[in-house]
Amino acid sequence: MKYLDEYRDRRAAERYARILQTLAKNPWTVMEICGGQTHAIVRFGLDQLIPKTISLVHGPGCPVCVTPLELIDRAIAIARKPEVIFCSFGDMLRVPGSQSSLQEARAQGADVRVVYSPLDAVELARQTPQRQVVFFAVGFETTAPMSAMAASLARRSGLKNFSLLVAHVLVPPAMEAILSSPDNKVQGFLAAGHVCTISGCAEYAPLAAKYRVPIVVTGFEPLDILQGLAMLVRQLERGQCEVQNQYARSVRAGGNAAAQALLHEVYEPCLRQWRGIGPIPASGLRLREAFADLDAEQRFEVAQIAAAEPKDCLAGEVLRGLRKPHECPAFGALCTPEHPLGAPMVSSEGACAAYHRYHRGGEKVSA
Amino acid sequence: MKEPGLTCPVPHEPGGTVTLAHGSGGRLMHRLIRDIFLAAFPDPALREAHDGAILDPSQDRLAFTTDSFVIRPIFFPGGDIGSLAVHGTANDLAMCGAQPLYLSCGCILEEGLSLEALATVARSMAAAAAEIGLRIVTGDTKVVERGKGDGIYLNTAGVGRVIAAQPIRPDRVRPGDVVIVSGDVGAHGAAVLSVREGLKFETELKSDACHLWPQVRELLESEADVRCLRDLTRGGLATALNEIAQTAGLCVRADESSIPVRPAVAGACEMFGLDPLYMACEGRFAAFVPPHDCERALAALQDAGAAPVVIGEVLPEPRGEVRLTTRIGVERALDMLSGEQLPRIC
Repeated sequence: MKYLDEYRDRRAAERYARILQTLAKNPWTVMEICGGQTHAIVRFGLDQLIPKTISLVHGPGCPVCVTPLELIDRAIAIARKPEVIFCSFGDMLRVPGSQSSLQEARAQGADVRVVYSPLDAVELARQTPQRQVVFFAVGFETTAPMSAMAASLARRSGLKNFSLLVAHVLVPPAMEAILSSPDNKVQGFLAAGHVCTISGCAEYAPLAAKYRVPIVVTGFEPLDILQGLAMLVRQLERGQCEVQNQYARSVRAGGNAAAQALLHEVYEPCLRQWRGIGPIPASGLRLREAFADLDAEQRFEVAQIAAAEPKDCLAGEVLRGLRKPHECPAFGALCTPEHPLGAPMVSSEGACAAYHRYHRGGEKVSA
Repeated sequence: MKEPGLTCPVPHEPGGTVTLAHGSGGRLMHRLIRDIFLAAFPDPALREAHDGAILDPSQDRLAFTTDSFVIRPIFFPGGDIGSLAVHGTANDLAMCGAQPLYLSCGCILEEGLSLEALATVARSMAAAAAEIGLRIVTGDTKVVERGKGDGIYLNTAGVGRVIAAQPIRPDRVRPGDVVIVSGDVGAHGAAVLSVREGLKFETELKSDACHLWPQVRELLESEADVRCLRDLTRGGLATALNEIAQTAGLCVRADESSIPVRPAVAGACEMFGLDPLYMACEGRFAAFVPPHDCERALAALQDAGAAPVVIGEVLPEPRGEVRLTTRIGVERALDMLSGEQLPRIC
């Protein structure tokens, strides 16, 4: 397929593997932020192609994985209300809350529907004025503009029966949380290309300078990731800590100004709990005062629902790059995609699910 | 075979819908059967209006299978639930090396289904059956209340005459066998996706649904030793290969770059973050043949109009696993999916 096969070319991949072999003189621990990158790495076997001295750890860039337990519980509480049609991306349905999941709520009679765009939920609200339509707004800077658009559209068309349960999160504060942790192992980042397509690269320069880590904004195809790694390792070997853009065919330094304006109009940063990681200041988005009446947490009075995470799931350590999925004792035994203990085993972008699918549980994975 | 006077569909009331009364067993139901099913299915065995069909298999070995169809939407590019219900069951028989002969048709209709749609489905079943001389010889209709069904559910059971001289089944697969795929994969799944509520996108994609029997017959007549056949339906190629590897207790090694995927399918999969190797096909199968019969098998399939490709081979170890050499030359497990593939969030 044009513009795709070129980035999956075997010879070019092998050439980059050789370049990395030459470049990497020291052992390095590198984190790819986005679950989509994790998925590509294990799907194409990039982790087996690169030098053993480069350790890839998988970052928190999976929206399903980091949505806190209490928001899942609140989602289920809202979905169970008879007047509600609860709309969500499909991935969220199987994520275990503290008691059950949206999927189980649906089986018990809740009206939970999978949508592929927040705008579909707005349309549904328009068509069913007698019901309350709630959209579960999860995701990073990539999906937040779409839900902001939905909020803006609902406001402009005066819809009274549409609201949002907002769980949006932002990448740079999460990177800072990882870097500032005393047990941090990450020495360089492959930043998430799609996130930067929206928000640009400006936010990364202070991080790179403050923590002295190189950051390479990277795409999602095998050659993108290999090239991003080569750029990162070159910096690491030279002791540089710059922000570079590998994914220039999609990412402009300033990002997408229209999307940013929409985000700013509808949302403002807030403290957010990350599943497995904990609270991170200014890492979430909430509706601004002007849009507060679209807040499903207020409308359905679920904001008081709290939850504590189970102890036997080590998802937090996986999401912070302290542990690989198969190093968790529950991996593949107690915790499988059929019976997930934690969210990273559920989502297609989750590191645990990717390892389980492509590495078959007990199989050796390069360290 | 045709009885005069009954083959012309009696026009059903325009704009009519299925009602619960159509399932009552009374006059309305008989009218529905007469106007829609008997009008579409002209088989004398069905016209006997008996409780069952009497078949005459003589000395033949028979293959017998059943399948249910719950696809949404019921009409999609390249087919509908009716043609699918015929192709699906007939193809299961073909995968046993059997010529499909007889089919049953069980319908569960939801109150409110338009009679026009039902008639279209019935005609489409009849046309699909006629393609390979398959006879629809018995049937049943039930109606459920509005909201308790999804328009129409079909079940078809099929009987076929086994033509293959050697048994065709996974335990006959041997290390060294080559794996042939009969054509490009994933078009059915992608075509259905393209018209699904909330996902609609413009494409010229059509389902690959078709009868596999003509290709299988050609393969059997070539006298290649066909060890095993498997159609690539739910779960796609990856699932089919895993099923064979597990049942045979052998390893199937496949080469990703040799697996044919047409650009429109690859594009749709990229857009939604889906893997074409897990996308359903309704007109593709995998054949396992010994290496010395490979050329013969490929030629036979080409003669039958297929575009076969060798995608892999059978190895003794690791038992029960499928190994995939990725496009960049690294080997990894190709596992079964634990559930449905879900379009990605971002």
